[in-house]
Amino acid sequence: MWRARILDDDQTMTADTAVRRSSAPPPRQPGKRPLFRRRSAIPGFGLTMGVTLTVLSLIVLIPLSAVVLKAAHQSPADFWAVATSQRSMAAYRLTFGAAFVAAVINGVFGVLTAWALVRYDFPGKTMVNALVDLPFALPTAVAGIALATLYAPTGWVGQFLTPLGIKAAYNPVGVTIALIFIGLPFVVRTIEPVLRDAAEDVEEAAASLGANRIDTILRIVLPALAPAWLTGFAMAFARGVGEYGSVIFIAGNMPYKSEIAPLLIIIQLEQFEYARAATIAVVMLAVSFTMLLVINAIQAWARRFD
Amino acid sequence: MTITIRSVEKKFGRYPALNKVDLEIADGELLALLGPSGSGKTTLLRTIAGLEFPDAGQVLFDGEDVTFASAAARRVGFVFQQYALFKHMTVAKNIAFGLDVRKGKDKPSKVEIARRVEDLLKLVELDGLGKRYPSQLSGGQRQRVALSRALAVQPSVLLLDEPFGALDATVRKSLRRELRRVHDATGVTTIFVTHDQEEALELADRVAILNKGEIEQIGTPDQVHDQPETAFVCGFVGEANCFEGQVSGGRFSAGPLGLPASGVREGSATAYVRPHDFVLDDGGFEVRVDRAHVQGALTTVNATAADGRHIEISASRAEATRFQGTVKIAARKAHVYAA
Repeated sequence: MWRARILDDDQTMTADTAVRRSSAPPPRQPGKRPLFRRRSAIPGFGLTMGVTLTVLSLIVLIPLSAVVLKAAHQSPADFWAVATSQRSMAAYRLTFGAAFVAAVINGVFGVLTAWALVRYDFPGKTMVNALVDLPFALPTAVAGIALATLYAPTGWVGQFLTPLGIKAAYNPVGVTIALIFIGLPFVVRTIEPVLRDAAEDVEEAAASLGANRIDTILRIVLPALAPAWLTGFAMAFARGVGEYGSVIFIAGNMPYKSEIAPLLIIIQLEQFEYARAATIAVVMLAVSFTMLLVINAIQAWARRFD
Repeated sequence: MTITIRSVEKKFGRYPALNKVDLEIADGELLALLGPSGSGKTTLLRTIAGLEFPDAGQVLFDGEDVTFASAAARRVGFVFQQYALFKHMTVAKNIAFGLDVRKGKDKPSKVEIARRVEDLLKLVELDGLGKRYPSQLSGGQRQRVALSRALAVQPSVLLLDEPFGALDATVRKSLRRELRRVHDATGVTTIFVTHDQEEALELADRVAILNKGEIEQIGTPDQVHDQPETAFVCGFVGEANCFEGQVSGGRFSAGPLGLPASGVREGSATAYVRPHDFVLDDGGFEVRVDRAHVQGALTTVNATAADGRHIEISASRAEATRFQGTVKIAARKAHVYAA
């Protein structure tokens, strides 16, 4: 019985398609398929990609190429000599080293700050929340002068550090302190939303399986934060490498000792040594770009479970 | 493990979630906590798990007071509605977690843990998926992982919070059967929370029905369905037509419907009649059939009585043709509760 009916249905369907075929215009042949684009329900790829590339070119790519071109004005030997001079090398070491140390320290305190802001309610939370963003908004020179005054051997904080044999201004330690100040909000603000979205039931699950609090945090909470943490770390690090305004006030700026690479560039510019300045800039550009690529790769690996 | 709940009370702010709840769960039993949302069923389950602590009362495991013992110390297996899997760990690592975090002598060897994980994956029919991440599994598979993770620590009691709530109907059905099978295979005392009466009646040995933080009735699925002790249970478990009416002289009447109601207090009352307890009867009252449709083996009839009341009737498929136009029906069984 039902077999007959299905056959019937089949026949009507065939008849139906036959009719459609004869009367309807033939389907439009799609044009040549664009290279990267798939047909999607969300239009606007062409527009957004076009605007993105234009702005990126005008704001980032062209100026950076100009730097590279300027550096290319000299012979390779000159380039190499400037790029690897002792003074330059000391400046790179300080810049990248201090930025790295500051990003690591921010990585630790940023997580704690985000944790406190997300997990607990306390009086003045709004104030603390606003304070975290302050390094974003404050003119960096102001921050640098304030930090230098505080951490100088006679400053409010420095006077207590001096008897302990710690010198916290006008040396690489001072540079690091300034970079910690600058980088903190990057880590806090990237970790915060992820921590807020982290489901509480996952921690309860760990507890019900017999894990103590430390196990739960080390093996469940923090690994889940790793991708966001790496993002925050990378941003704080990148910012630290490029930071100039706050550092020069607290660094002391002694060549070979506490002179950061951005300052070295400025010094070259002031002496009209544009090619030299561009050379150092190119080296910084290359190193930063490589490091960010590596961090991105690590991040992709840390996100493998998503 | 026998679990005893003694007059447990719990308030969230001023809102009472549990109000002097007493409950005894026998060793190896499969118990369902059934109730509408806000009835306190999840709070009760979390209190048993040690994820929530009561304001008053006691929780006893085998006679031992664990009221304020931590979840970790109670050795319960807890399965969450949203799975709560560790998404950065593989399925195998998830299942092994409870064994992995043990310290010193309690911690099984690596080989032992791997073997246990394999066994559990087989038990829930996920063998071969140990290296996947939770994001690579379907909802049903994730819940199976959550179940085996909870079982890995050989819990004294298995607690499940709306375990099938987020799954689609087919998966839910097969997982229900699976839970029953796992329960029968392991013999672990199991309590699960659900708002789905069908799930509770199909799966559980006993069902506890909660409403507004109190247990209304506890009994076998047949008992709660056929002999509901309160109006709430009658209305909540199974389908029922509800009639507001009066009891006088041992009879309940509401419009055209008259029912024997011996032993019910005189005055206003509510009567519940299951759709399958209405039968065609020439001595009954008249209703107009609005719609009769066949669903599998049953005919569901929507009818209207003379006074405009809507009545749902459930009959066999063969009777479908008899429900046409105006028919006479009577209730062969009813539950009447004084208001």
